[in-house]
Amino acid sequence: MSVIVQVPSKSPRSPASLIRIWLQFLGSMNLAITLFVGIAVASIIGTVLRQNEPYQDYIIKFGPFWHEFFNTLGLYDVYASGWFVFALTFLVISTSVCIIRNTPVMIRNIRAFGENIQERSLVVLPKHTEWTVNRPLASVLIGATEVLSALGYRLRIKDHGTHTIVAAMKGASNRAGHLLTHLAIVTICTGGLLDGNLSLKLKALTGHIAIETRDIPASQVPSVSRLPQDNPSFRGNVSIPEGSAADVAFINIANGYVVQDLPFVVEVKAFRVAHYFNGQPKSFETDLLIHDRGRDTPLRYTLAVNHPLTYKGYTLYQASFGDGGSKLHLESRPLNGDSNEDAELTGEVNEVLSLSTPGGPLRLELTDFRRFNVQPIPDGDASGKKFRDVGPSFTYKLRWPDGVAKEYVNYMYPMTVDGRQFYLSGVRSSPAEEFEYLHIPADAANKPDRFLRFQVLLHDDKRLAKITKDTTRQSLATAHIDDTKLQEEISTAMMQLAQIFREGGYDALITYVNAHVPEKNRSSAAEAYLKVLDHGLRQIYATVLIEEGFQMSDGISAEDGQFFEDAVDALSATHKYGSPFFLQLKDFEHRQASGLMITRTPGKNLVYFGFFMLITGVFLLFYVPHQRVWALLANVGNRTRILLAGTRMRHQHDFALEFDQMQQRLKDKLSTFG
Amino acid sequence: MAVTRDRVVDDLRRQAFLRALDVFDWLWAAVLAGALTYTYITYWGLMDTYEVGILGAASLVLTVMGWNWKLLRALVIVVAALSLCSITLYGTSLTNGEERFLLKYLLSSQSATLWMSSLYVMATLVYFGSFLTNSDFAGRVATAMTWSAIAMGLVGLMVRWRESYLISVDIGHIPISNLYEVFILFCIITSLVYLYYEAKFRTRAMGGFVLLVVSSAVAFLLWYTFDRGANEIQPLVPALQSYWMKIHVPANFIGYGCFSLAAMIGVTYLLRTLGEKVRPDGIIATRLPPLTLLDEVMYKAIALGFAFFTIATILGSLWAAEAWGGYWSWDPKETWALIVWLNYAAWLHMRIAKGWRGTPMAWWAVVGLFVTLFAFLGVNMFLSGLHSYGEL
Ligand code: HEM
Repeated sequence: MSVIVQVPSKSPRSPASLIRIWLQFLGSMNLAITLFVGIAVASIIGTVLRQNEPYQDYIIKFGPFWHEFFNTLGLYDVYASGWFVFALTFLVISTSVCIIRNTPVMIRNIRAFGENIQERSLVVLPKHTEWTVNRPLASVLIGATEVLSALGYRLRIKDHGTHTIVAAMKGASNRAGHLLTHLAIVTICTGGLLDGNLSLKLKALTGHIAIETRDIPASQVPSVSRLPQDNPSFRGNVSIPEGSAADVAFINIANGYVVQDLPFVVEVKAFRVAHYFNGQPKSFETDLLIHDRGRDTPLRYTLAVNHPLTYKGYTLYQASFGDGGSKLHLESRPLNGDSNEDAELTGEVNEVLSLSTPGGPLRLELTDFRRFNVQPIPDGDASGKKFRDVGPSFTYKLRWPDGVAKEYVNYMYPMTVDGRQFYLSGVRSSPAEEFEYLHIPADAANKPDRFLRFQVLLHDDKRLAKITKDTTRQSLATAHIDDTKLQEEISTAMMQLAQIFREGGYDALITYVNAHVPEKNRSSAAEAYLKVLDHGLRQIYATVLIEEGFQMSDGISAEDGQFFEDAVDALSATHKYGSPFFLQLKDFEHRQASGLMITRTPGKNLVYFGFFMLITGVFLLFYVPHQRVWALLANVGNRTRILLAGTRMRHQHDFALEFDQMQQRLKDKLSTFG
Repeated sequence: MAVTRDRVVDDLRRQAFLRALDVFDWLWAAVLAGALTYTYITYWGLMDTYEVGILGAASLVLTVMGWNWKLLRALVIVVAALSLCSITLYGTSLTNGEERFLLKYLLSSQSATLWMSSLYVMATLVYFGSFLTNSDFAGRVATAMTWSAIAMGLVGLMVRWRESYLISVDIGHIPISNLYEVFILFCIITSLVYLYYEAKFRTRAMGGFVLLVVSSAVAFLLWYTFDRGANEIQPLVPALQSYWMKIHVPANFIGYGCFSLAAMIGVTYLLRTLGEKVRPDGIIATRLPPLTLLDEVMYKAIALGFAFFTIATILGSLWAAEAWGGYWSWDPKETWALIVWLNYAAWLHMRIAKGWRGTPMAWWAVVGLFVTLFAFLGVNMFLSGLHSYGEL
């Protein structure tokens, strides 16, 4: 920096001068400005790169090499990284040095009124003026004193024999403002450092504490990964299911966590979400009990967003919510023909159920349940509502023995799509994908049953054979064709097409055509196949209807016709669905978990005190101008010459006006004495 | 003259400290005190202690501001009268907004905001017109239009406040909670600060340039209204239901407004510098205010902005301590506020301690606008964080 360069290189560097050079460097404005800009630029990184995400996500995003590189640079937690904290510390030191160096000067500055100032110094000030009045000096002195003190100036008067100087100053608190502003920065940063997770990071680095990465109950976490109750500062989270209690919080750090023990037990009685009439969330509230050894009765409190609870220096916040292990009563409805037994299942969210299916063992991992699903209504409904609740849904994963898993989300109630009712079930193979939805049409009773019977029938080869045979015979009979071989051929083809379709939908059919028919005949063949398949499917559907007690002679209604189309669409998509069954949610016992943040921030008071100093300081600096005025009075015969001069560091325009007014007042004043 | 010495000293002292308050000043204070009492008696059930405090402080601030800037009183009275008129016309039914002529075309929040928008655009044009023709009359018209635009904008916000309660009492909230609403606030504050300097420095030559930034905000507002339907009143997510919002947001927008104003003065400064070089006797070089004046206004605006931005950031921090569980979480919006703040701290140090003046500072002020703009808009658009009010 320029400050250093100016030091003559030949001078012997005594320790004292080295210190001075360092102080000069640290307190230099160039360094301060460089630090301002440097910290600002560094801060940007943390806003662009999402901080403190699981490492897995970063690896997926950047690849292992860059992940390692970014991790080394500390970019995943920029604001706690060594170099960033170093820069901040440097700013604190630099500001402190600046305070230390400037304060004595300022105090001297405030004390010194300049009553010994020379006339030649006054006449070079930008604002100065001179006139003579027909009065004795003593009376002018009184006038000047009164005007200036009335304007809020503090005065020193000195008689120099030939002339008298009135030295006036106002706004000395501006200098206090400077001190407060800069002191505030130091205070705030210090408080912030106290509350930051720096010491925790250091302990982790030096091996005093081990980061836990396993997914185990808090009680089993070993003591090297636990922080004691007297840890003065931390910020942790804990999710407590309704009806449960916890006496720990978890602090996420790097790719794991540590456990913070609490000196009291937090019990969650209930968690509530209230909604506005249009379905948007209105409030999140938790009914809490704090059990503490020192209390006879537990402390009751209802925690809400913006309404934290502070207890013994710990502050509890409503931070999030989730499922706390809702009990789900499910019915598994077979989809792929391996079995046609419906089965009842019961499980809790976060529970893993081992299922044995005809196709082999399967793990069913219940991952989430949502009581409400509020969705926008594109154009609003009749009453002007823009949102509606489509009812409960639950999320689960199916894991096959080879480890492959698919994630599903099923809705309890059918949803309106294009004016018809469908049971929706979404599926995806990885969290990075969007869910793709299977639309199962709901029957007249608003159940998925008719569709399921349809598909069971489609998978029942024995009955399928009968249906295809019957329908072919009938068709040929209507056309007055009596050809058993043809009948046999057509019904076999129909049967085969139905099987292809049920295994792979229309996609499989197309593949089949491409594989077995020469190119030039393909489109006509496909058309013929589709016709036969359609005929067959309609017949199967008709069978379903007849079983429902339907009179075929009445003809199929438009709704039932539409149902057929929807059901066939769903059947064609079933092979992509992957699951051997459709899990229908029959009933649930909702149990929520409240996500609490628990903090202890001893530096907070320091920071708040710093805030107070900063605001006071900045306003003093900007709006209490430090200004000086001198009136030099000299006898000229029995008249008095007045030289009025003044200066202010900033806001020259304002000062010029004020100075002119002051001069006018003084003139008026001197003319009003009786 | 038979004025006693004591009288004179007394006079001077009073002038210096309380300024000479005349009958109208006291009347003004009385009117505001009355309004405050009425509001308190009518709405105390809806306010918590802090909100009562904010109400009291707001009326105090308005009182003092009115003493120092007389035109502000007229503004407040006109806005109050029009808002009350609108609220009366609404009665208890929102549908009156569609049915009653005065509401539909002038005083519903939507109409008032559209009036504000067109007045700002017209004022910008007239300011430039007066600059080019050197017409004092046109200048005064432009000023009047700006005042009217501010009045309509404020009426729009006041009525919107009421409309939100008419939708449903639990949805009702002060209209400074989303981008649409704060854009109106931005226009109002920026132009109000401008008018203050216009009166103080007795020049209208900067008006067009400053209002350019306001007109751009209006353009965004209109696009946002007609393309995105952003004018629709939405209920507050739980995180925003706090008295802190009522002070944090306005303080922030005084900051943003001042920084934008400073940037436009910076543009004016650069233009004049260029004009003096290229055509020393041209309009630009002779009719724009002198460089020293521009420099001073720029400094004043940045200082005012910095002071309020400091307050706003601190208030935000205090709010975060209550809502998010920490006074500083390095949330993107928070961090960008720090970046903006550091930027102007550097600017101020350059000017005060290193004595930099002129072109580089003007350029820096202009660059500052982009930093500010990113903190204000860019963060909401490109970055996610607690401030995007996604979930809780
Ligand atoms: C984040 C840290 C800092 C902040 C927020 C800050 C803030 C301020 C502010 C607001 C002003 C007043 C500018 C004006 O009057 O227009 C100022 C002035 C000043 N600052 Fe800083 N400052 C900081 C750090 C420093 C450092 C490290 C130094 C030492 C090199 C320093 C030296 C000065 C000086 C010499 C002045 C001029 C004071 C005067 O005579 O009015 N500041 N500072």
